[in-house]
Amino acid sequence: MTIETPKLTIDRIRQYLTEGKRFDGRKLDEFRKLEIEFGVSNKAEGSARVKLGETEVIVGVKMDVGTPYPDSPDKGNLMVTAELLPLSSPRIDLGPPKFEAIEIGRVVDRGLRESHFIEFDKLCMEEGKKVWTIYVDIYTINDDGNLLDAAGIGAIAALKVAEIPKYDKENEKVLFGESSGKKVPLSKEIPISITAYKIGNEVVVDPTREEQDAAETKITTGITNGIIASMQKGESEDIDLETFEKMIDLSEKTWHDLNKKIEKFLK
Amino acid sequence: MTTIKRPDGRKPDEIRPMKAKVGIVPNADGSAMFQFGETVAIAAVYGPKELHPRNQRNPEKGTLRCTYNMISFSVDDRIRPGPSRRSMEISKISEWALEPVVMIGKYPGTVVDVHIQILQANASTRCAGINAAAMALAHAGIPMKDLVSSISIGKLDKSLVVDVNKAEEDWEEGEGATDMAMSFTSSKGKLTHIQLDGHITSKQLKEAVRLGREAIKKVYALQKKALKNVGEEISE
Repeated sequence: MTIETPKLTIDRIRQYLTEGKRFDGRKLDEFRKLEIEFGVSNKAEGSARVKLGETEVIVGVKMDVGTPYPDSPDKGNLMVTAELLPLSSPRIDLGPPKFEAIEIGRVVDRGLRESHFIEFDKLCMEEGKKVWTIYVDIYTINDDGNLLDAAGIGAIAALKVAEIPKYDKENEKVLFGESSGKKVPLSKEIPISITAYKIGNEVVVDPTREEQDAAETKITTGITNGIIASMQKGESEDIDLETFEKMIDLSEKTWHDLNKKIEKFLK
Repeated sequence: MTTIKRPDGRKPDEIRPMKAKVGIVPNADGSAMFQFGETVAIAAVYGPKELHPRNQRNPEKGTLRCTYNMISFSVDDRIRPGPSRRSMEISKISEWALEPVVMIGKYPGTVVDVHIQILQANASTRCAGINAAAMALAHAGIPMKDLVSSISIGKLDKSLVVDVNKAEEDWEEGEGATDMAMSFTSSKGKLTHIQLDGHITSKQLKEAVRLGREAIKKVYALQKKALKNVGEEISE
């Protein structure tokens, strides 16, 4: 993988798209092959590995008992972080988290929260005093584009298999490694975030790294059961309303197929 | 050697089931996974490439730079993401363990980056990390004099054991636990790294190092096999 996608490649990608074609032969609304594996770490309450073509992320759920926020004394907490590991790409340097990592954490957080996927009221142990905190940590293993959507799928998958650990009330200690037998309380419908990328006059989903470099702007739409619950536009280029509608329609169309694919792994 | 009953029933010189795989990160110039039982390490190599910032460049030879990190959910109590004093020390230790075999003298001003991540931890993580890193360097085609193989030797009460797990690391009976992580050049058997926590006589320490040098033969055999079968997960 090169550090920067050459302009020649970007021009070629755009030219292909005007003919409705992509380098890897996919349709504009087609995701790459999705694979989900579980059990990356047996120390996590739940964990998953998601591959979209050559893009790979791992996601783990850890839990702990903490105090609730003053504005939600009877609800559990959620914290989502993402790390772009230098291991996953020659483009990522060592150092403090860059904006892209923060963006992934924030967008996945919003997708989970706004869809009411996690039943936070069931994570309350003692109102105003003790609630479960859920940590969702995302790490990139190989970046070949569309980390955002891969991270979102990984978060759902890891949460789906996560089991709440036992809690020793007397000693106020979480007994990690001992399951309470209870799963993390989740609603039935899964929230899926799909990011539509605008490249020239065309719109695609699930771009490879090269395609993502050719994109001017993007919109991530969080969809649950056909209903939109979260959205975020990224990058600075403006979008006319016609293109905006095209992007929403594409995400919605993709959702039907992707939803089925993800559900198949979760069964 | 006095015998002791190990918590997981292994023989004193028995290593946990090992697994290795070369070629796990498509973007990297070289990559590998190494596993001692429940301890899983992955490593990726990028380089040689220009070193930034410029003032860190060595005009005489290339620089080897290792970073070791444990992912937040690799242990029971979540680790806050980002470097710690522990991870920074192990990064440097891994660098020292590998440097003697890496021939990057001909690439002045460049850096070879080795990124080690621990996905799941049950003790001996630095040893698994160094084993994965050595394989990733070879996979990247970095000129090397030899491979490096790493193992932990423990002293539980009075007995020496090979490949320490968490329950053994926390051993409290008798003289307690002494933990010795060590790395060797794989075919020559020279020591490139050793660390010790605990208490031990010099006689027994010498014995422990010889035991380690014997044990890495199995590690080395697996590393070689995985390097010959890129993309395949190899178990012993």
